[in-house]
Amino acid sequence: MLSYDLAVIGGGPAGMAAALKAREEGVEKIVILERADTLGGILEQCIHTGFGLHYFGEELSGPEYAGRFIKQVNESDIEVKTDTMVLDISQDNVVTACNNVDGLITIKATAIVLAMGCRERPRGALSIAGSRASGIMTAGTAQKYVNINGYMPGKTVVILGSGDIGLIMARRMTLEGAKVKAVCELMPYSGGLTRNIVQCLEDFGIPLRLSCTVVKTHGRERLEGVTVANVDENLKPIPGTEEYIPCDTLMLSVGLIPENELSKNAGIELDSITNGPSVDEYRETNHKGVFACGNVLQVHDLVDYVTQESQIAGEGAAKYIKGEKKTGECIKTLGTNGVRYIVPQRINKQTDKSVKLYFRVGKVFKNVKLVVKCGDEVIMSNKKKKMTPGEMEYILIKLDTIKSLPADSTLTVTIEEA
Amino acid sequence: MTKKEMVCVSCPIGCAITVELDDSNEVVSVTGNTCPRGDKYARQECTHPERMLTSTVKLEGGKLPVVSVKSASPIPKEMLFEAMKEINKVTLNAPVKIGDVVIKNILGTGVDIIATNDAK
Repeated sequence: MLSYDLAVIGGGPAGMAAALKAREEGVEKIVILERADTLGGILEQCIHTGFGLHYFGEELSGPEYAGRFIKQVNESDIEVKTDTMVLDISQDNVVTACNNVDGLITIKATAIVLAMGCRERPRGALSIAGSRASGIMTAGTAQKYVNINGYMPGKTVVILGSGDIGLIMARRMTLEGAKVKAVCELMPYSGGLTRNIVQCLEDFGIPLRLSCTVVKTHGRERLEGVTVANVDENLKPIPGTEEYIPCDTLMLSVGLIPENELSKNAGIELDSITNGPSVDEYRETNHKGVFACGNVLQVHDLVDYVTQESQIAGEGAAKYIKGEKKTGECIKTLGTNGVRYIVPQRINKQTDKSVKLYFRVGKVFKNVKLVVKCGDEVIMSNKKKKMTPGEMEYILIKLDTIKSLPADSTLTVTIEEA
Repeated sequence: MTKKEMVCVSCPIGCAITVELDDSNEVVSVTGNTCPRGDKYARQECTHPERMLTSTVKLEGGKLPVVSVKSASPIPKEMLFEAMKEINKVTLNAPVKIGDVVIKNILGTGVDIIATNDAK
């Protein structure tokens, strides 16, 4: 059995930032286990720019953003095992993995960081009538075909879902000569960033059809077209609004799901809203010494926030390894009235830093107050001009505030009329 | 006098901005923005809108068949498709390094197209 201070599962932006931070904090023996043949994760296929505006103050492409961290990892003594699939994490922090160099390996690690990222919700998760014709794929799969494998998956495209990957692919396909006929979104608002609606759809005259969905696909071997229909307030298709759109490709951008099979098998408690582990302020799960960060914990909008979160997890893992991490009574966090969830789900009362509470809202809110309460007592209240489900929000809770709260209390984040 | 409606993309707030233009397409007023960046964005958007361009170019002798590229700075929006034609004419030979110039001064814009990934 191999022995490490820290094993990081996943070599994308989350895993790299966590490993580098732990190294900086003095952790010596670190290994990153990565399933793909290179570090970088999904950023390798995200060739558009807009990454790093917050973290580096520059507008980088995905590979450039990843490249800065890959360089640091390569220059450090952090060990990297690529083409390596992690199969299991045991109760006593033994990681079982395999690759075609070492074969089957077991790694005993003092601490583990989960950084496996997320997956796209596939067609099977939706109930669209029609046969399994080729030409129906997730937007991220199409992105890989175009940007990594160098070929076009189709010529005429309809995109279902207005998540950011779908919007980015609408522009990418258009620039490469395809005709994107429409982006259909079930909800009455877009799930993507406003700047992507403008730069990816409006710039190219691609219609965004809100409250609209695909009800049927046509074609047996290859997709020939889709039937779209408007939906009512209960998201049910309205009879009589069906419209046939000929196309050879249907791309799905209908949500991301944290990839937590390993976490579930290890008995790690998950949050039913985020589908990621339930964590404390240093992103430690209920499984001692196991931390989680990045999209496996909660689906982020910006990689910059992934980096920040992963540094917190890396620092937490370092403290745990050095025996300096405080544990004990916790304050719970709770989102209500439109605040869908809060990460972290709990804060150790003896923590040593102010804590940012991250969350998403369930619908579009304009000119409201974001209120943090403990019982009936208002701790803080901020005016918010606009909050949308597509964008992650956060609110900072100062260390003195945390110290002043009674143990076993609950911090509630809620939305009130301004 | 014409009115143009737009959404500012300078930050996540996404202000709905209205720009008034006179008959010679000069900006008369900008309203709806909540900060100076919105004013600047709206004026630029009306006079000479620019966008970053990202794509891939063919790669010979590499592990992958393409390598990603971008414009080193934004280029005029109306030139995006013409620039894509130029980019699609290029074939590079591995190895390529991040920052390598792929096309110098594309279409006379003064902007280089550069590689955004290492390729071996």
